[in-house]
Parts: sequence; C-alpha cells; structure tokens
Amino acid sequence: MPEAPLLHAVDLVKHFPQGGGILAKPTAWVKAVSGVSFAVHRGESFGLVGESGCGKTTIGRMLLRLTEPTSGRIEFDGQDILGLNRKEFGRLRRRMQIIFQDPYSSLDPRMTVEQIITEPLLAGRRPPRAELRKTAETLLDKVGLRGTDLDKYPHEFSGGQRQRIGIARALCVRPEMIVADEPVSALDVSIQAQVINLLQDLQQEFGLSYIFISHDLSVVKHICHRVSVMYLGSIVELAPTEVFIRSPRHPYTKGLIAAVPLPDPHRKAAPFAMEGDVPSPIDPPPGCPFHPRCRYAFDRCRMEKPSLATATEGHLVACWLNEGRGLS
Amino acid sequence: MSDRLLGIQDLSVSFATPEGPARAVDRVSFALNRGETLGVVGESGCGKSVTSLSILGLIPSPPGMIDSGRILFEDRNLLELSPEDLRRIRGRDISMIFQEPMTSLNPVLPIGRQVAEPLRVHRGLSNAQAMAQAVEWLKRVKIPAAHRRIDDYPHQLSGGMRQRVMIAMAMVCRPKLLIADEPTTALDVTIQAQILSLMVGLKEEMGMSLLLITHNLGVVAQMASRVAVMYAGQVVEEASVADLFDRPFHPYTQGLLRSMPRLEERSAGRARRLTEIPGIVPAITETLIGCKFTARCPHAFDRCREKAPGLFGIRPGQQARCWLKEFPERRRADA
Repeated sequence: MPEAPLLHAVDLVKHFPQGGGILAKPTAWVKAVSGVSFAVHRGESFGLVGESGCGKTTIGRMLLRLTEPTSGRIEFDGQDILGLNRKEFGRLRRRMQIIFQDPYSSLDPRMTVEQIITEPLLAGRRPPRAELRKTAETLLDKVGLRGTDLDKYPHEFSGGQRQRIGIARALCVRPEMIVADEPVSALDVSIQAQVINLLQDLQQEFGLSYIFISHDLSVVKHICHRVSVMYLGSIVELAPTEVFIRSPRHPYTKGLIAAVPLPDPHRKAAPFAMEGDVPSPIDPPPGCPFHPRCRYAFDRCRMEKPSLATATEGHLVACWLNEGRGLS
Repeated sequence: MSDRLLGIQDLSVSFATPEGPARAVDRVSFALNRGETLGVVGESGCGKSVTSLSILGLIPSPPGMIDSGRILFEDRNLLELSPEDLRRIRGRDISMIFQEPMTSLNPVLPIGRQVAEPLRVHRGLSNAQAMAQAVEWLKRVKIPAAHRRIDDYPHQLSGGMRQRVMIAMAMVCRPKLLIADEPTTALDVTIQAQILSLMVGLKEEMGMSLLLITHNLGVVAQMASRVAVMYAGQVVEEASVADLFDRPFHPYTQGLLRSMPRLEERSAGRARRLTEIPGIVPAITETLIGCKFTARCPHAFDRCREKAPGLFGIRPGQQARCWLKEFPERRRADA
C-alpha cells in the first residue's frame, strides 16, 4: 500500500466571470479549469505542462487558495483545505509556498532582501530580530547568495539572483510543498541551469514536493517524476516522465513533443502537422476539447468529452482512441 | 553578382548611460551569403539585437551611437547612406520581424492596410492593387478567411496570427534579406513550429537570406546553416551549424550546450545534474582588459586576464575568440 498523497485535488473547476458589473450579471464565463484531478506525493515533482491559457497557472493558484475554486475539493495531508476558515488555513498555508515566474515583479522593490525573505515568519508570533537575521543568512547561503546581500534591495540583483531570493522566501517557513509557476522561464539558459540545479538540491535536502508548472517540456522532463499535460482546462494525459516522453498516447501530447525544436542539427523536425490555434475557453468546443485540431477526430469526439482512463499502470489518457481502438 | 549579400565589419555600438558610455556591440564582424540562414545566438544583453537594429539604422541616437565599422549590403555601406536612401532599402530589400508582434503592428489600423502599405510606398501600387496583393499574402501566410480578415485590427488576432501578419508585411516586397529577431519567442511551442515551418517555406521559395536572432539553440539547430555565438557584445565563435553543435570550441559555447536540459536524451533525465556556467554576464559598463568570459570560464589562465583574444581559425569555416587555440595544453580535461 503506497503512502497517502500529500496533496489531492479532486474535480477542480474554475470559471471566471467576463463582463458584467456590480449589479449586472456577467456576460460570459471563462472556463479556465474544467474538472481536474490529480495527487502529488511527498518528495515528488509533479509537472503541469501546456500552452498559454490551458489553466495550469490557475490550478497552481487554487492549490494555495490564491484563487478560490468554483467547485471541487483539495486535500492537503488529509485535510480538506477549502473547508478551513481563514485562521485555520493560515496555519496550514505555511506548509505550502509558491515561486513565481517573473523575478522582477514578484519582489517588493522597497524591501531589503532580509525583509523579503523573513516576511512569511512575521505572521503570528514574531521571532526576535537577531533570530530573523540568522534565519535569513542561513537561507541565503542555502540558495547560493552571500550574507552581505541581506541589506540590499531587489534592483541590485540580476534575474537569476532574484529568483534565488524568491526561493529563499518560499523556504523560510520550511514548507513541504512548493508550487513553482514557470520559475526558470524568464531566465537565460546558463542561469536557468543554475536555478534548476538549486531546486533539485533543495528538494533532496528538505524532501520537498514540487508542483512544477511550465510550458517548457525539456525543463519539465529534467525535473519532474510525473507529468500531466493540460489542454483548454483539462488534463488530457498524465504519466511518469519517461513514459510521457517515450510513448505519449494523446494526439495533443504527441504534437506538443514533436513541436519542440531539438538542439541537434542532424535531427531535423518532421514537417509539422498540428494546425490551428487553441479555441477560446469562453466557448470551448463540445466533446473533446482537442477535436477541432485533432487529425484522428471522429464523431464521438465531437459529441462526448472523454475522461481520463488508465492506459497502462500509472498512465492516464483522455482520448476516445484509447478506448480499445489504439492509436495508429 | 557576388554571393555575399551582407557583410558586417568591425561594428561597434555604444550607449550613453549615467555610468558613462556602455559598449553594447564590440567589433562584431560576420557575413551572410545569398540564400543563407545565419543564426545569431546569445543571452540577454549580449548585443545580438543591437547588431540587427544597426543594420537598418534603427538605433535610437541619442543615447545610441555607432562608434565604428561598416555594414555592407550589396557592396554599399548602409552606415553612410542618407536617411532617404536607407528608407528605400528598408522594407523593400531588407525587412525585419520582431519578437512581440503587438508592439510592431499599428493598433489603430486594420491589418490589410498595414500589409499593403509597403507595396504602396516602395512599389507605387494603387490602394486597390496593393490591397489585392495584401490579401494574397495573408493567404500565403495561412490566415484563414483572409479576404474577410483584412478589416480586423491587431487586437482581434491571436499571437500566432499577428506574427503571420508581420511576416506577410515583411515579405510583400520580396526582400533579399529578412532579419528575424526572436520571431517565435513569445509564442507557444505548437504555434512556434507553425511559424518556423512557414518561414522555411517562404525563404526557400523566394531565395532570400535570413538573419535569425534567437536565444533558443533548438530553433538555431533546426533553421540555420551557420551560427555566430555572441557574448558580452562580441562574436566569440562562428561555425557551420554542424560544427557548432558537434565540435564547439569556445568554452562559452560548450557551456551553453551542456547547460540545456534536453528532451531527446534517452537516459533518465532526472539523474543527470545540469552543467552550470557559474556566475553572471558582466555588465556592459564594466571595463575588462582580457577575455570577457574569463570570470566564468573553467579553463581561464593568466593570459586570458591580461589580453583579449582575437578570433582564431579553428578549422575551415570555424573561428573562436579564445586563447585555448594558441595554448591547447591549458584546456582542463575535467571541465
């Protein structure tokens, strides 16, 4: 019997209102997330990949209740977090932290590094100043910055260093889970490698779980144990990373992987097949969300939305082709 | 007619900053033949965009200043042309597309008129003729229902569609050279693949040359025939795409290739630690006497700190700005 998951999301839904006003009803709903379920284990890196607007960031925010779900359930360490009141959730919230994409806008420019890093500790009982400074110093050392950086301001740092500060802030309360939303996407390649290695070292040291949100399949492949692919608010495929790369089953996943330009001039990409754009989440197509772009689509795909079904052990696919027909 | 279409020779560009002049491009030279695709790669601030903007005379001055060098296009030095002469070349013989199509398209003009404009300006076509050709071009870049979309405004299109409009606009006059500065960086990967294959098709059909500026080594590997790697304002290595990926010489190029997480690697990705390039890029206001990569280079020795290396020939078609060519015994086997 495997260990109970640290995090369990069940049938998460988020619809954002469009238009309307204080009294007027919204004119439409953006269906950002439509029924997403997954579980994340202790010490695991779980990847959420997909293109802009697929709902991956909204999911990350819902897990920390930065965005309240329209419906669904989130369990953290066996506790239903959506049922908790503010105070109760505040206590639990220390155990889950978030790192954002843009190291330039996620740090308050008027705060020193020490203030930024130790801010999460100020909620509740306030530790003595000397202790805060000591904590901040230790954290900076952990993320590869110097103690002398404590009194500096964010603008004095490069993008990669700012991301390290954001990571130190997240680590400050000794979390068990970190939602990392595109944490290396704004960084240059040489700096990206530094931050990826740091994230992996910290995971080892503290036994962290990561919800790793990214559009970059190479990075996700490098970091994650399991990967889920999202399209238009739904998970279309979920698999252990090696399975995901080697034998993807969903036509969208296949297209996504084939679309990555390989840094190898001897392996030229096959002429590309996936046509068209992602449909609007305000008015998603009926049936399978991917059917308008799918070259295998048949009648059933246009009418009925496939749910995630087990293809092989631990490998889930939401595709009618998986229903005994097998992909060509 | 010579094969050489564009030759940049010893180009230096600097910007006035509160801390004094900052040299963004430092004696950069490269050449582009007809029909060829040259990739210019490098990280933020390496000078790749400033180099490309210089070609079209688009460096804002002040604060920018071209300190020296020549940009030869079909044997004419673009830096010596009058603004009118340069305008005649821009958009007709040389076009450019940028990373963010929303900032390069005019938000208050319908896309049809924007695509038609170069034809009216450079070819003297009437409104109706230009518009008819614009529709043809929008079809060629695969804008669905192009004849109905010519009255759309840029904000009504998706990012990928906007980039297609930009490409149509750049191509209508059938330029000899297209400069594409991070053309797919703002796009999702499936849309990127569509745009890249569109660019390859058009380039082959029209026989134009492509100067592709990007930070993405995957895009370069798939698109370019030759590559120039820039670091801190200089070209540090230039080679055919195969040599660059198979036999990179410069420690920076080697570091870049090793630091990338790779999708295609067969081994379980998680086990391998990425090779980092330690440290950060020097600020362009810093004055460095020796090689600019010294502080981050695993092989650096005295010479690197004392004297800036020139470009050394490594093998036919490959050059690198590195003292290791002269002192191969200094290359550390463990790095």
